[in-house]
Amino acid sequence: MDDTMLLEKRDDISVVLCGRAGQGIQSVEHLLTRICKRAGYNVFAAKEYMSRIRGGMNSTQIRVSSEPVRASVSRIDILIPLDKGAVRHVEKRITPQTIILAEQQVIGDDFDRAGHKFVDVAFTRTASEIGGKIYSNVVAVGTIAALFGIDLQTVSAYVAEFFCAKSDDVVQKNLVAVKKGFDIGLGLVNSGKIRVEIAGAADLESQILVNGAEAVALGAIAGGCDFISSYPMSPSTGVLAFLAGQAKDFGIIAEQAEDEIAAINMALGAWYAGARAMVTTSGGGFALMTEGLSLAGMLESPIVIHLAQRPGPATGLPTRTEQADLELALYGGHGEFPRILLGPGRLEDAFHLTRKAFYLADKYQVPVFILTDQYFVDSYYNTGCFDLSDTRIDKHIVKTGVDYRRYELTANGISPRGIPGFGQGLVAVDSDEHDEAGHITEDLELRVAMVDKRLKKLELLPNETTPPKLVGPEDYKNLVVCWGSTYHIVEEAVGKLEADDVALLHFAQLYPLPSGTADYLLKARTTAIVENNATSQFAKLIKLHTGIDIEEKILKYDGLSYAVEELVERLNESFSRGKA
Amino acid sequence: MDTQIFDMGDIDIAWCPGCGNFAILKILKRALAELAIEPTNLVLVSGIGQAAKIPHYLRTNLFNGLHGRALPAATAIKAANPAFTVIAESGDGDMYGEGGNHFLHTIRRNPDIANIVHNNMVYGLTKGQASPTSRIGFKTPVQVAGVFLEPFNPLAVAIALNASFVARAFAGDAEQTTEILKRAIEHRGYALVDMFQPCPSFNKLNTYDWFKEHTYYLEDSHDPADRNEAFKRATEEGRFPLGIFYTNNDKETFEDNVGIYEDDGRPLYERRPDFEKLHKLIEGFKVSD
Repeated sequence: MDDTMLLEKRDDISVVLCGRAGQGIQSVEHLLTRICKRAGYNVFAAKEYMSRIRGGMNSTQIRVSSEPVRASVSRIDILIPLDKGAVRHVEKRITPQTIILAEQQVIGDDFDRAGHKFVDVAFTRTASEIGGKIYSNVVAVGTIAALFGIDLQTVSAYVAEFFCAKSDDVVQKNLVAVKKGFDIGLGLVNSGKIRVEIAGAADLESQILVNGAEAVALGAIAGGCDFISSYPMSPSTGVLAFLAGQAKDFGIIAEQAEDEIAAINMALGAWYAGARAMVTTSGGGFALMTEGLSLAGMLESPIVIHLAQRPGPATGLPTRTEQADLELALYGGHGEFPRILLGPGRLEDAFHLTRKAFYLADKYQVPVFILTDQYFVDSYYNTGCFDLSDTRIDKHIVKTGVDYRRYELTANGISPRGIPGFGQGLVAVDSDEHDEAGHITEDLELRVAMVDKRLKKLELLPNETTPPKLVGPEDYKNLVVCWGSTYHIVEEAVGKLEADDVALLHFAQLYPLPSGTADYLLKARTTAIVENNATSQFAKLIKLHTGIDIEEKILKYDGLSYAVEELVERLNESFSRGKA
Repeated sequence: MDTQIFDMGDIDIAWCPGCGNFAILKILKRALAELAIEPTNLVLVSGIGQAAKIPHYLRTNLFNGLHGRALPAATAIKAANPAFTVIAESGDGDMYGEGGNHFLHTIRRNPDIANIVHNNMVYGLTKGQASPTSRIGFKTPVQVAGVFLEPFNPLAVAIALNASFVARAFAGDAEQTTEILKRAIEHRGYALVDMFQPCPSFNKLNTYDWFKEHTYYLEDSHDPADRNEAFKRATEEGRFPLGIFYTNNDKETFEDNVGIYEDDGRPLYERRPDFEKLHKLIEGFKVSD
């Protein structure tokens, strides 16, 4: 190390930790995000990982900033490789400005140190002295915290809380580890080679730090969810695990079904008997659920489906991200019946839209989807505390009379939904075409009446639309369209364009396509759409319903989310083409 | 209670003349009436097939779902409102074939439901193909050289999984079958009744007379608590025993295990989320000191 300044950063710093699965990178992410938040910094974390329990190469990005940060960047200010191969894993993102804090002996010679800012830090040696390599990740936590100027007490207090369920010995060793790491960090700061100055944010104490899976699950509880049946599948399982953890406290039945087919049929049985049920799944699991989805259409049963997308076809890239199951959700299930598709972009949207999904499903007796993806469910940031001022839960069920008929033909297509055991009537539901009483029929005139009745509900849905969100000037010339999880990435990228004629239009309701969509598009000189898929599925949906072809399609399907810089580049290309 | 309470009046029934289903419908009504189960408190869940139409032919709440999928729905219905008497009823193709995985795992889950499986060893609604329980050598338009798959033995499977109640009945014996059904419905936990029945249209081999000749009742001395003996009896071929093979009364039900009814007996539809608790839970994400 020579005497030159290695790193001087203000405001916004991107730290990447990279190592093998099982090295505790998740713990580092957990500890650092919470410590930074508690210390008053805005924080964002996202991860990419291989589909294996041990080994492989995984990385976590943690952005720490004085301003809110909510999107992935490719830039790495500080890289902490914890094993051989780690540097190579992220080498495309390393620039001459990236500072690499690592133990030479541990990471080996798999990269050329020339031209890199490399600082040999004895994470593993320090850990071994304390009692084992296992502590090296906590040593790293201490070092990073010191670089950010967080005081040792804040760091130690949280580390002690995090390990409180472990033995005293483990807690003590982790506290020693974090202290030693902290001292290493202080040494780097005091040497004058690294200076990180991030201003704290004032209102952070009132904010919460959650990830996408938690936001969906909390929204489900707020929506009155009292039944979840699902089959574990990355990246959808977080919602099941979270609700299972809260089951006792909130009176939720959380059941791991034998397969996704059982899961959705359980959920439909639960709604029939008066529960508010959901399933959480991913592409292949949802494919198995489509038979049950069609049953929901025929029974006119409410159901909420959280579909956390990952790249397919088939098993695809199990732990990575994609937005390629929009059409599967839209067209899955045999026969014709209405449905609603929501794709939250912000964590608060995930909370409120999941809550709303239960309301919509119940009121209109239709399946409602929450479409997320691996990037979204695994990403954390601090955000305003979810608003719970409205505690209404309208259960759209009626007390049945003696002559109750579940599928009474009504003017608006909605038959008042009775449930067995509530009233004097009997409730009959049938997967066959049925008469008003719910019994099998082959009366073909009645068949037409029933199809019309089911589809008629679509006409009511515009009243409940979640409109798209326009960010930027009203008199935009260029419009960037996106949906679901890409919101914050596109928002930051559009901001970085520093163009006063570019606006962003984010759709959190995908289907029915909100009315007014065409007006937004027609106002723009150039339109671009950003999707994490190969065939621009949402652009196709927009074209189908508006006739408008979005000319610039910015697509990505390598299993990773966009990084802000990458998107800035591609937006610039798109708009320069548009101007030509 | 009079069985008339379950009568649907003058309805069009889709079963063939002479179908064993008529006898089963009559026996079921009788068992329910003798147990004084109100139609409003009863939920019949079925899949697809001729047997699965039975809920439409008696006055009850009904969930006629998908082929093979009655058991998951029935499990959830009982869990969402444990006050119901829930019966899942379908044919052998539905429960043992298409729904085979659900059959295995519902036994493991042990919801307090009765599972009546009409077993005529043939597919009726699709016109005469082999079912999982068809006997070896049974010829059909699809199994043209005769069935060569090992017949599925639902009783042996259920006993192997330590099901809480395992019985076999015959639709041709109203008296004993009524008693078996009553015991199954009253039993706390999952109760399987595999119900032999003739299919006069598509099974010319396993006829009413064939079942009469090839069945007999377990002796009074049979101890249904003896699992090994029950398993042995369940694997008997040639002449098939009828009666209650196995019971295990020590098992907790699914509704017991979901853990939400211990302090609050209300069914789910009467409940509302605890917003105060949710507020506290969300506050926890502030990661405050």
